Amino acid sequence: MLDAPVLSIKSLTVAFGSHTAVRDLSFDIHAGETLALVGESGSGKSATALSVMRLIEREGGRITAGQIRLGAQAPIDLAQLSDRGMQAHRGNRISMIFQEPMTSLNPVMRIGEQLGEVLRRHQGMGRAEARIAAERALDQVRIPDPARRLDQYPHELSGGLRQRVMIAIALACRPDVLIADEPTTALDVTTQAEVLKLLKSLQQEIGMAILFITHDMGVVAEIADRVVVMRHGNTEEVAYTGALFKAPQSQYARDLMAATPKLGLSPLRSQVSSAEPVLKVEGLSKSFVRNGGFLKAKVKVPAVKDVSFEIRPGETLGLVGESGCGKSTLSRTLMRLIEPDAGRVILAGRELTGLGTQALQQARADVQMVFQDPFASLNPRMKVRDLITEPAYLHSGLKGAARTALASDLLEMVTLDASAADRYPHQFSGGQRQRLCLARALSVSPKVIVADEAVSALDVSTAARVTALMQDLQEKLGIAFLFISHDIAVVERVSHRIAVMYRGEIVETGETAQVLRSPHHPYTKRLLSAVPSPLPQRPSRANLHLPSKNALALADGSN
Amino acid sequence: MTLYILRTLLKMVLTLFAIITLVFFATRMSGSPLDTALGDGLSAEDRALMIEYFGLDRSIWHQYLAYLRGILEGNFGLSFIERRPVADIVAERIWPTLQLLGSALALTLVVSVPLGVVAALWRDSWIGSAVMGLAFIGYAVPNFVIATFMVLIFAFWLNWLPVVGNGSPWHFIMPTIAMSGVLIAALTRFTRNAMLDVLGQDFMRTARAKGLPETIVILKHGLRNAGVTVLSVLGLQIAGMAAAGNVVVEAIFSWPGIGELLVSAAIMRDYPVLQFGVISVAFAVVVINALTDIAYVVADPRIRMAKG
Repeated sequence: MLDAPVLSIKSLTVAFGSHTAVRDLSFDIHAGETLALVGESGSGKSATALSVMRLIEREGGRITAGQIRLGAQAPIDLAQLSDRGMQAHRGNRISMIFQEPMTSLNPVMRIGEQLGEVLRRHQGMGRAEARIAAERALDQVRIPDPARRLDQYPHELSGGLRQRVMIAIALACRPDVLIADEPTTALDVTTQAEVLKLLKSLQQEIGMAILFITHDMGVVAEIADRVVVMRHGNTEEVAYTGALFKAPQSQYARDLMAATPKLGLSPLRSQVSSAEPVLKVEGLSKSFVRNGGFLKAKVKVPAVKDVSFEIRPGETLGLVGESGCGKSTLSRTLMRLIEPDAGRVILAGRELTGLGTQALQQARADVQMVFQDPFASLNPRMKVRDLITEPAYLHSGLKGAARTALASDLLEMVTLDASAADRYPHQFSGGQRQRLCLARALSVSPKVIVADEAVSALDVSTAARVTALMQDLQEKLGIAFLFISHDIAVVERVSHRIAVMYRGEIVETGETAQVLRSPHHPYTKRLLSAVPSPLPQRPSRANLHLPSKNALALADGSN
Repeated sequence: MTLYILRTLLKMVLTLFAIITLVFFATRMSGSPLDTALGDGLSAEDRALMIEYFGLDRSIWHQYLAYLRGILEGNFGLSFIERRPVADIVAERIWPTLQLLGSALALTLVVSVPLGVVAALWRDSWIGSAVMGLAFIGYAVPNFVIATFMVLIFAFWLNWLPVVGNGSPWHFIMPTIAMSGVLIAALTRFTRNAMLDVLGQDFMRTARAKGLPETIVILKHGLRNAGVTVLSVLGLQIAGMAAAGNVVVEAIFSWPGIGELLVSAAIMRDYPVLQFGVISVAFAVVVINALTDIAYVVADPRIRMAKG
């Protein structure tokens, strides 16, 4: 017989105005247990988290029905508390960490003060006492050199460290319940692995219940004991993690599992026949100059170092790396949106590097880009017809009926309705907009498309549809793709070959199967072992190979 | 940090040099002092002596270089009218001006920061609209209009407040309000906008999630961040007030400060006084700007890092 649950949600309904964000949601969490709330954007999972904290009112929502009972003995209903009453529990018995570690800490307050604040409020500590306790709390979340961190400001810490500080703040008062709202989504996969491991071990030490909100099935498999699958505010399925992964009961859960790319399980794409490469990059380098300041020498920061690769027609090269590794600089340099310092880019037999402005403009028709943010990369004031045919207009002066005809052809290619031509970008969902970006790229019949994190901002099922569309188009039109992503599982699904980028260099390149199944470089190994795998039977994290950063630096000879 | 301060000081010196040059040539272009200052009351002999003493018959470049040399030696010249060092004349006038600026600044901060916060917090209610409406009016009405109406109402009709001079604390009330009117309006708007930016930030949600009461969330986490933005604007505003606002206000209330001195020196074409007066005000503006820059860097740790 289990103990009474420490958090018990009964028939919770949350509304924003007339829109119901969460409908009749019920679940229990027990001490020491992790419950994952899973769903795609708009499923109501974040609204649930904010409702439990009673911060939903601040975001313009309200709890219209239901109970949120906190505490195993003599539970209190948080839904009935006043804001003042709630203040005694927030950060104390129930606390929360957020998705964005970069913006969730106050930029003008020292770490020690932000941490000490909670202890002084809830535990009545004095300044000096709180400082000592804060140092201990930082030590507990395995932050090296905690005493020095107390006097640092958030911007002096990396994203991973900041998220650890957030965790330290949340756990400072040893809460009964920790709500973690996509706490690792903004982090690199290796940092994510470290933070998940940390949360687990802290749970063992403190014994709190965790309500873990995520869209990532891999993370679910990694951390959760039980799962609630949500969609459009409704509860689709509640199950033990193992059972859900083995045999999902609801149709939606089955679809979600199918759309989730699983590293090592995607069918590999057969290699394209060896033809003359359409894009050849040789020894490309780019450094940025950082101002050293008054009377100080300027510092050269290399972003791309001596990068070489080739892509054949109809082939997809996946470029994998973590944030700051130089992926985006590389993609911009090879289109000469940024001038390279050295190296050559040869596109369809023509050397781009060294072309004059006009010739370059013409050559760019052969290589088009699709960017990460489908909301920012479409001009909101242009009709879809004009948007997606603009490159064709710019390159060949296409006008009138021909332009309209091209627009409907393009829309058909990306499986959108022809009526879309008369609408504006804001009338489309994220996935549809990314199709529009793809249509725009296709309008000049490019030989190469550079997709820079093109599906990273999309939900898994949407992303799966967009990548499938890319493959279709590739097979039909023989376009080569440079598919840049931080998500190795997605890259595995779409790429014929993979290049791994680390600190501005390509450390490993080869056929997808070879790079993923038998990686050579220690960084590739580390990256692969950090990817959370959405598989029910998984090796435990402790057995995984996680070489330290120092070992890596030694291995690749830099620093 | 030290380097940053050094660089700021160097910029200050260059700016001052440019201003001295500009002021020198601008005053020369406005006509000869012999026409008014030395006027008809002088005998031909005295007149020749004056020209000789002030070097008024030499070329303008010669006068300029002589003036620069004088400044480097700490000699800013003699007043044409009063026949004594301008440094002494200006020095007597600085303190009343500083007092007035100080009280106007204090009033501005005390009124506009709370108003700005209130306008941000209650932005959707009539309170917010009322504050912003007042700020709009305050921004649109020039200080001499406010001053004139105040004099009319409180001095002539009601006979409550004194108008001329700086003899008692009562004398401060109207000039202070006239000086700070526009500033209060501007700073209220800045505070409100800075606060609105901050209210939507993630770290404010974090502060609430910690269980902090709303007043602490707003005043400690919110205002501290908004303050950094407000501070950057404040310097410019005070500098503007020191340069322009006080000339008009001091003239209206016959406040024995720099502004009033400048006005009379300009009318009399007393170049040495006018030049040194303008240079003193410019110096004040430059110093205030430099101090704001430094304060801004000290207040925001992110910039402090970047500037080394």
